[in-house]
Amino acid sequence: MTATTFGWLVLACPLVGTIVLAAGYRIWPGRAAGWIATFAIALSFVFSVLAFIKLLGYSPDHRQLTSALWDYDFSAGVDAKLQILVDPLSVFMILVVSGVSTLIHLYSVSYMTLDRGYVRYFSYLNYFVFSMLLLVLAGNFILLIVGWASVGTASYLLISFWYRRTTATSAGIKAFVINVVGDVGLVIATFIIFQHVGSVQFLPVFHSVHADFARNGAPIVIACLLLLVGAFAKSAQVPLHTWLPDAMEGPTPVSALIHAATMVTAGVYLIARMHALFEWAPTAADVGAIGGCVTLLIAATIALVMTDIKRVIAYSTMSQIGYMIMGVSLGAYSAGLFHLMTHAFFKALLFMAAGSIIGAMAGNQSLDRMGGFRRVLPFTFACFIIGGLALSGLPPFSGWLSKDDIIAFVNHRGGAFVILGIAAYIGALMTGIYTFRMIFRAFLGDPVPEAVELEHGHLHHAEVPTNPKTGEEEDTDVGFPGPGHFIAEREWPMKIAMSTLAVLAVIGGVLQIPGIDDAVTKFLDPTFADSKYAHTEVAAGPAWVGLVIGALIAIAGISIAYRIWVARPGTSLRLQERFSSLYVFLSNKWYFDEIIDTLIVRPVLWTGRLIDTTGERGVIGGITDAATGAVRATSAAVRRTQTGFLRYYAALMIVCLGGVALYFLISST
Amino acid sequence: MVFTAILFFIAAIGAITGAIGVVMLRNPFYSVLALAFHLVSLAALFLLLRAEFVAAAQVIVYAGAVMVLYVFVVAYIGGGEQQASGGVLRVLGPLFALALAIELCIAMLGAGLSGVNSKGAPYIPGFGTPAHIGSLFLTTYLYPFEIASILLLAAAVGAVVLARRRRGLEPDEEIDKRIETPRPAWTGTMAEAAGIRVPIQEGWPGTEDGQRVGTTGDTSGEEGGW
Amino acid sequence: MNIGWYLVVSALVFCIGAGGVLIRRNPLVVLLCLELMLNGANLALVAFARMWGNQSGQIFALIVMVVAACEVTVGLGLVVAIYRRRLPIDVDELNELQG
Repeated sequence: MTATTFGWLVLACPLVGTIVLAAGYRIWPGRAAGWIATFAIALSFVFSVLAFIKLLGYSPDHRQLTSALWDYDFSAGVDAKLQILVDPLSVFMILVVSGVSTLIHLYSVSYMTLDRGYVRYFSYLNYFVFSMLLLVLAGNFILLIVGWASVGTASYLLISFWYRRTTATSAGIKAFVINVVGDVGLVIATFIIFQHVGSVQFLPVFHSVHADFARNGAPIVIACLLLLVGAFAKSAQVPLHTWLPDAMEGPTPVSALIHAATMVTAGVYLIARMHALFEWAPTAADVGAIGGCVTLLIAATIALVMTDIKRVIAYSTMSQIGYMIMGVSLGAYSAGLFHLMTHAFFKALLFMAAGSIIGAMAGNQSLDRMGGFRRVLPFTFACFIIGGLALSGLPPFSGWLSKDDIIAFVNHRGGAFVILGIAAYIGALMTGIYTFRMIFRAFLGDPVPEAVELEHGHLHHAEVPTNPKTGEEEDTDVGFPGPGHFIAEREWPMKIAMSTLAVLAVIGGVLQIPGIDDAVTKFLDPTFADSKYAHTEVAAGPAWVGLVIGALIAIAGISIAYRIWVARPGTSLRLQERFSSLYVFLSNKWYFDEIIDTLIVRPVLWTGRLIDTTGERGVIGGITDAATGAVRATSAAVRRTQTGFLRYYAALMIVCLGGVALYFLISST
Repeated sequence: MVFTAILFFIAAIGAITGAIGVVMLRNPFYSVLALAFHLVSLAALFLLLRAEFVAAAQVIVYAGAVMVLYVFVVAYIGGGEQQASGGVLRVLGPLFALALAIELCIAMLGAGLSGVNSKGAPYIPGFGTPAHIGSLFLTTYLYPFEIASILLLAAAVGAVVLARRRRGLEPDEEIDKRIETPRPAWTGTMAEAAGIRVPIQEGWPGTEDGQRVGTTGDTSGEEGGW
Repeated sequence: MNIGWYLVVSALVFCIGAGGVLIRRNPLVVLLCLELMLNGANLALVAFARMWGNQSGQIFALIVMVVAACEVTVGLGLVVAIYRRRLPIDVDELNELQG
């Protein structure tokens, strides 16, 4: 079996899982659906590993393999095929995606128990994994777009999973609409590329970029900017980022999988895959880098003031993806993808741990109401610490090596990019602060009533289930969260998943230690061999300098957080009062929602209403009404000859008879 | 010659007087009598035109049978006081008739027909006798003859059906039932257009004049149906 | 007399009948006027038969008489039926066949 066969099998497993679960959604008893789904993804992971091993068996020059199942119609000369590309980049991505997905499925098996939509959840989750795998395995633009749109769909389905909550459905719509904006960018970019190159398959396009486009000319820059629109929408970068915090309305494992580990990294994958195009359009690449940098700063500042624990982690995700986007835009492909992998580990871990503490709080997500859980949730606390340290970038955790790998490359690029590097370090400082703010507030301090209850061995259950955001009352029937609340300490599937991720978050960094080994770079080399940054490695010396600076910044951030929230308890309140306008500005998330509402949403709605009233009802309605009115008026007029009076009919007949006779009389003379 | 002219004028004036009498007399019974007089005058005119058989048939069939029928019906229905005839047709009617008359006269007399000024074709003995008419009916005009008999049959059956009485005098409720036929709505029957059948909803054509006459519940039309 | 005179009489009778149809409101009398019109036509037919020496006109006139008889039969049956329904015997009131 060749590597591409394994590629098809990787795709087939979650697809079959979705169909099987959906077909029998009434009959799967208890947790069977969860185990089936987890098994399907685990199988997919096994096939990914096999594909990986098989790929390593080929010589490095022959590691870009395509396989097509069938041709779509050759209409207008578009060479679209159902084609996958199995090369180091895609194998890397499918390993990360299927691996992390398996663990999240395992976690969900117990987390979503007692929810009335259990089977639907796992069917959707499998569908999501299938779409994501399709996206990264796609061998041409068409299939990429199909996968891109499908992950958007799956994201919508899963965000609005608890569909009777209006907050969830609005969030789902918001996410989908912004994703569609990105889809449009991606599709138009495909058109431009096809127009110039004449093919939609990846490998021919990448090989002929230099020949078919002028370097940094308008077409390629526009195409790359549109690709960036797609990437920014999917990866929640400024200004298309407003959907990600709202997407936390979905169940926590969904946030872990889609909005931390996999879907939001699709933008990073896109830029990495299209590196040939971006390198040929440096303007666009610089725009991408600046966008990523701006995002990482903005998101970090907002995360400092968020009180919903999931939203803190969401903004953290946005910030870290900013790092990745900055990295791959500037040419640090292996560094960016390495950070993608480690981020998947520790961010999914953080979300899972957040799910555990939310379970202890019976669904409440507010940091204001959490405190003192350290003693009663030791395992969760440990996971939070590990995840937090990895996120902040403390040695020897994986996040330290990956994040500073990117920053080192950015500084190595030199010139104006050093500004971006400094901004990245500032962001890292803030990362440490907000991460440990969250951990200290939730776990240290005096135990809140829920923690006290748990000490007595009783998990808190809310009397009346309410929407955590608005406080509306709910029930636990289908369309709302189920009555079960689960913590990691009591559920072994959650424990296994979280432990695995914790271990990976700790040791994952060994894959790319500067100067010692660079397994990721070497593995990804065949894909990026044609990049001009392929062999501009950062020397070990500057790399270690960067690593040390990163470590120091991380320690500084953690200690600042400790000082504000633990050592001197009133400090945060004093700071809040002193910088109150800044606090309000950050709490309102830089007013992005309001700006987008005024600039885009309202004009569009106004235009729609205008077209409805004047266009639809006025013009088109008027025309049809005029037509029908004319017919009715005519028939009413004609109907009046049918009076029913015999004598009038007779008179008419006689007059007409006279007329006919007159005619003949006249015509005969 | 003079004799025929005098006879002609008597018969013609009789015919026209009878005609005017039919139109002008108020009591329908008198109208019937006037028509009978007119028919007899016309028979005289036919005789002058050497249509013996036609004249005889006129007297026997028309004045004899048809008028008797009329008399019976008028006796059954009664006089019926004549209301003033309505509207504009009271004036326009005679005008149209007069115009038509003038036109016809001009057509017939001014048309240049050569025979109009003559007394007719040379007389062939036996012209208009029953023998000739009979032989024509059975040879050249056989088809019209037979079809005429079928027509008479149809008319007789029709008359019987129209006027027959079932189960005594019908009370008023029977009226709607007989008009009611089970048809799907809006198939375009005149009953709907006339407002006897109820339209389905407001705003549909036919409801503007407030014709919301409902159908009676029973639409089977079973009882003693046609 | 010339045939022309007969034709004039026929035209007059016909038109008097037409006027009667337009003026009178009692359906019985309308039918009577209809008879007048038919008779006028009959007279014209017989006159032309005399003019041409062709007996087809008289045959035609006889058939017209048959038709008139049938029509009167059915028409009177209708009037009787209307009378039985207690509807007014007035053509202006019997106006439901309208659109």
